[in-house]
Amino acid sequence: MKSKLGLDQGLVAQARSSAAHVAEDTQRFIDRHTTVAVERTVCRLLGIDGLNELGSPMPNVVVDHLAERGILGDGAAMRLGNALAEYPGLTPQEAAERIDRGELDLSALPYHPEPELRAALAPAIDAAMGRIRANVDRRRAYLDEFGDKSGPYIYLIVATGNIYEDITQARAAAKQGADVIAVIRTTGQSLLDFVPYGATTEGFGGTYATQENFRLMRAALDEVGEQEKRYIRLCNYCSGLCMPEIAAMGALERLDVMLNDALYGILFRDINMKRTIIDQYFSRVINGFAGVIINTGEDNYLTTADAYEEAHTVLASQFLNEAFALKAGLPEEQMGLGHAFEMSPDLPNAFLYELAQAQMAREIFPRAPLKYMPPTKFMTGNIFRGHVQDALFNMVTILTNQKIHLLGMMTEAIHTPFMSDRALAIENAQYIFRTMADLGGEIEFREGGIIRARAAEVLQKAASLLAEIEKTGLFATLEKGVFADIKRPQDGGKGLGGVVAKGEGYFNPFIEAMRGEAAK
Amino acid sequence: MSSGLYDMSAKDFDKTLDLTKIKPYGDTMNDGKTQVSFTLPIPNNEKGLEAARQLARRMGLNDPNVAYAGSLDKEFTFFVVYGSCTHTVDYTKIQVQTVQDETMSMEEVDQYIRENIGRKIVVVGASTGTDAHTVGIDAIMNRKGFAGHYGLERYEMIEGYNLGSQVPNEDFLEKAKELNADVLLVSQTVTQKDIHIQNLTELIELAEAEGVRGKYVMCCGGARITHELAKELGYDAGFGAGKFADDVATFCVKEMVRRGMK
Repeated sequence: MKSKLGLDQGLVAQARSSAAHVAEDTQRFIDRHTTVAVERTVCRLLGIDGLNELGSPMPNVVVDHLAERGILGDGAAMRLGNALAEYPGLTPQEAAERIDRGELDLSALPYHPEPELRAALAPAIDAAMGRIRANVDRRRAYLDEFGDKSGPYIYLIVATGNIYEDITQARAAAKQGADVIAVIRTTGQSLLDFVPYGATTEGFGGTYATQENFRLMRAALDEVGEQEKRYIRLCNYCSGLCMPEIAAMGALERLDVMLNDALYGILFRDINMKRTIIDQYFSRVINGFAGVIINTGEDNYLTTADAYEEAHTVLASQFLNEAFALKAGLPEEQMGLGHAFEMSPDLPNAFLYELAQAQMAREIFPRAPLKYMPPTKFMTGNIFRGHVQDALFNMVTILTNQKIHLLGMMTEAIHTPFMSDRALAIENAQYIFRTMADLGGEIEFREGGIIRARAAEVLQKAASLLAEIEKTGLFATLEKGVFADIKRPQDGGKGLGGVVAKGEGYFNPFIEAMRGEAAK
Repeated sequence: MSSGLYDMSAKDFDKTLDLTKIKPYGDTMNDGKTQVSFTLPIPNNEKGLEAARQLARRMGLNDPNVAYAGSLDKEFTFFVVYGSCTHTVDYTKIQVQTVQDETMSMEEVDQYIRENIGRKIVVVGASTGTDAHTVGIDAIMNRKGFAGHYGLERYEMIEGYNLGSQVPNEDFLEKAKELNADVLLVSQTVTQKDIHIQNLTELIELAEAEGVRGKYVMCCGGARITHELAKELGYDAGFGAGKFADDVATFCVKEMVRRGMK
């Protein structure tokens, strides 16, 4: 692809190298620690599921048991493997049930040598890996059969709170042309330190992410996809205190897209930075292996900070998200790096600056399926102006080849979308994508013009910011409030209690297996 | 489907403005012209169009014209309908509660505080309950402000604390006590199933139970909040769409002085 912006490639390389150093430095910390969420994820992948009599999810029962006995640092795999080796024929689920009934104490068993533990765990590990591999194959088979869409994926949200109502809405949206259906989570789920269980019909501003809800929606979208001869992708939210658990559930139920940002929870949900940074690693290993496209959350910076002045923090964060994703073995083709059309409509030439930003992201991350978010901050309730704002946003997408296009709704700021709001939004986008399909290829940006100058300025600032972060380290940077104007203390926020140092015998068989296969 | 661009029908209604009987204005006084759009769970056919017309009549729209009908799904049709509204409103009898104070600028507010209160005032804001949206409270509090109106954190005489989102009501009150707050600002963005009403009510009830309601000027805000609703729920004021930090600041400092808070 020929650069239309004449970006300084040396500067791009410098920024990328700074981000890589930050990720490497942080990875050393990650590798020495685990969290309650990581260990619950291991339990889930080993097949532990369901609730106990008190309504606690079984993975929480096991992990709480380990934490209470001070042996969480050994990891769930090591301690459960030891139990399986001690009682041949016992399954991880049965072990969890015995723990729940107080019949099994994982800290009180004699030690078996590691090869024995691994052998005892092997059937459960193989089952999970096999199921995820089968999902990857199934997705590929669908895409081979129906073909994949070449232009932007039209991404729509459903958010009724009731999974069955969501399904009705999602079916209609898919028939109208949606390529990705995202089920917004109920407000507050990100702060739950467990994943609710079963099909749910009560939520506020969204629907609980549960494995059963994932399964129900997946089945509905496969059905409508087969009728429409298109593969409809399913998206959910792999963020908050249960990042890796939700990644595992998504991998098991063939989700295709996951919101999954390295820094978002720290900044916007006040989740402790150590907790998030450890959790994001395992969640990305899983997403990478399962062929899930991650969406990063840079767009959120612009809803709190100014989109014009803080544009460079978006680019810097994209570089960081890329570096962390690479560390987790997630390929570039699955990096849906985020940004948004959020500049004030009152700013002269705002459209040019939006175009510069989008084109710059396109050129710097050429293989990434960029996620582009619609205007929200300056949507006023004047639905007629809102529809025009969305039209301008649609134009930037088609001109700069953004891939995951979250449709703007003219009723943004009024209510969660009606069925008709979605239909009008799709009509708007399809009209623009159709009639301007190749306009991008016809356009070059004038040397010395506003758009090139703007891109150069943003890149320059992002590179300096990354150089500074490289010097200060990621944690100290977050304490200073560089991103989204939000400051977070290193030992503040939610979930720090769930972080422990790994013990000597610790192993995570899924990270090993997933990274191992990815390396091949 | 359109009945023609030019309306040739005789306009045999009274075309003088009567404030006791106002109705919508399209292009002629008292023509009542109204646009509505809605979706019906029925197929898009002649019978569907008639259903839309009948519904419009029952909404009080005379001569309904279904300008557009489009299928959203096999069993759902979207309609855009125009008609002449038959209802009127007596504008002269309307009374509404609004925040009465004339909005002062940031500098005027600071000056007002210096002259009438004589110390910095403490404003604590949060998006409370399960609401994860900070956009409202940020627009009022962040230094940068919103749409050219600086946020409270930029006011010299205001010490602003923005606690962010998902702050439980209990924690909010505790923090207010700790910071010695004068003013509490609550933002609510999510209004699905009226969760904001429950949450706002809970905060007032908690404050009353702890005997601290009178200590604070308490305001709520959000796109769906009106001053009237706020008063009804027991707040001192409510700020909806189109209100900015200076509106909020003006009310709060004047209310403090009205109540003799020093």
